[in-house]
Amino acid sequence: MSTPEIRVGDSDLAELEPAVVQSERRRSEWLMTLSEAWRMGRTKIGVGIFLVIIAIAVVGPWVAPYSPTELVAPPFSAPDIPKLWLGSDYIGRDVLTRVLYGGRTVILLALAATVIGLGVGVTLGLITGYARRWIDETIMRLLDVVLAFPQIVLTLLFVSILGPRLWLIVLIVGISHAPRIARVARAATLEVAQRDFVRAAEAFGIARWKILFNEIMPSITSPLLVEFGLRLTYSIGLIAALSFLGFGMQPPSADWGLMINENRIGIVIQPWPVFVPVLLIGILTIATNLIADGLGRALIGIERDTGVG
Amino acid sequence: MPPLLKLILIRVGLGLLTLFLVSVVVFAATQALPGDTARAILGKEAADKARYEALRKQLGLDRPIHEQYIEWLGGVVTGDMGDSLVQDEPVTKLLGRRVVNTFTLVFVAAVLSVPISLLLGSLTALKRDTLFDTSITVGSLSLAALPEFVIGIALILFFATQVLKGAMPAVSRVDPGLPIYQQLKLFILPAVTLTLAVAPYILRILRASTIEVLESEYVMMARLKGLPERLVLNRHALPNALAPALQVTALNLAWLAGGVVVVEYLFAFPGIGSLLVDSVANRDMPMVQAICLIIAAVYVLANLTADILTILVSPRLRTGLR
Repeated sequence: MSTPEIRVGDSDLAELEPAVVQSERRRSEWLMTLSEAWRMGRTKIGVGIFLVIIAIAVVGPWVAPYSPTELVAPPFSAPDIPKLWLGSDYIGRDVLTRVLYGGRTVILLALAATVIGLGVGVTLGLITGYARRWIDETIMRLLDVVLAFPQIVLTLLFVSILGPRLWLIVLIVGISHAPRIARVARAATLEVAQRDFVRAAEAFGIARWKILFNEIMPSITSPLLVEFGLRLTYSIGLIAALSFLGFGMQPPSADWGLMINENRIGIVIQPWPVFVPVLLIGILTIATNLIADGLGRALIGIERDTGVG
Repeated sequence: MPPLLKLILIRVGLGLLTLFLVSVVVFAATQALPGDTARAILGKEAADKARYEALRKQLGLDRPIHEQYIEWLGGVVTGDMGDSLVQDEPVTKLLGRRVVNTFTLVFVAAVLSVPISLLLGSLTALKRDTLFDTSITVGSLSLAALPEFVIGIALILFFATQVLKGAMPAVSRVDPGLPIYQQLKLFILPAVTLTLAVAPYILRILRASTIEVLESEYVMMARLKGLPERLVLNRHALPNALAPALQVTALNLAWLAGGVVVVEYLFAFPGIGSLLVDSVANRDMPMVQAICLIIAAVYVLANLTADILTILVSPRLRTGLR
């Protein structure tokens, strides 16, 4: 924290005191948003489900009965409890084992893409919201170009150039989030930039990039929390979809998206290796969306109560 | 110039600018390829320097990049997008029937999703906080979260392979030899998948905007004037609530253009989405370029339409007050 030190006694500066206090209040607002969101049932349900899926993904490999690449039965064997809880997949590997192994990649890659999107989007949103004029115009126009491509199409365009590489997919999914996040960050920045504590910092002659990152950024955390939850939901869907299309995780990896693709042909005789990954991806996205929705509602509630925004 | 016309012209100009930049990005995609088209066509024979140079000259690759771009763009505008690298035929010829299939699919999905979501969106707003509202809201929140392939596979498991075995076809291989209206059954599951994926967004936005308008001062004013409730809703509330909904509707129709990629692949539906997936796997760049350009153009035009409709329908904007 680097709020300007204020010498009381100088009449002009003394007036700025309440502005600084206000800045402190804004800083803790995201904590308020969190606690307000936690009061809502939907947030608790979302967090609960999310933790269960994370637990499956993290602990899964330790409790899996077989190795994820071991052939344990004829292809597409039906479930046989207690030996094969969910049957076998298209080349005869244990489905339960592969389900237990397959969550890590989806969750980690989706998280990485979301963090990249947030990093790029927030930086651009802060700059455009605070710089305005031609920098704002230029950057927003360029972001419109990224927005003109549906996220999956943009990713496929780059995959067609550089091949199906994991880092590329994570990077492009992240970048395709950036314009949407930048719009939210920009709107919040525009509003905060009008506040007294920013005006005060400007009057002190503090470097504008310092004001941007030390004064404004902490004040726009709440809407960004909502964005994080929302973009994580979409990242999970996109990353899983790309594996499902065959451009994400490659065989013989155990990955929920890839499992769906590999075992689709056997869906009539052995639905489990398709159904279980689909179910887990589905409830994971519902959980993250519930959390995002809870945060969003908390934010709206707080803004209404405090007359902010 | 009247302010309304000026507003619309500015939007059109910005839309054209975006389209232009999109074409630059798509063109640049091939330029970023390791090696060029000549190398891609010749493969190992590219080691033969003389042949490689000759082909480069023939394809015009030895000319400055901006000249190549202008020629490529000219081709795009006149409907010549080059030849597919995989099937030795013009891209536009291979695309024809598939474009029709995809647009039919998107059209069916739009016809299903827009009225349903508009109706449910305004009804939930009018019957706010009732059991009806809560169940629709929670249901749409969950649906909105689900990736489209999750919805599609759930429908396949339910209607095609497991629960109601054979009620619907699990794959939608539309036969190019038959007219579309004879094969509408093949469009149902993919269209319903797209509908369920897109409708929740329109519904939620419309609900929120209707509520906002119903609580606004001018609606309260209209009520205080003693206008009948029906008139308050029809003349004052709904037109203003419709503006953001139009925007979201067009936006989501644009989203459908991207959503078709995964859904068509899932149902083996012969449209431009599944062709995009195949072309990316085969690195058939002219085809990838053409499809990306079509999808992006649809998106930009849908957005533009949304903006213009918003300007025309919203009394606040129409009078030039922002």
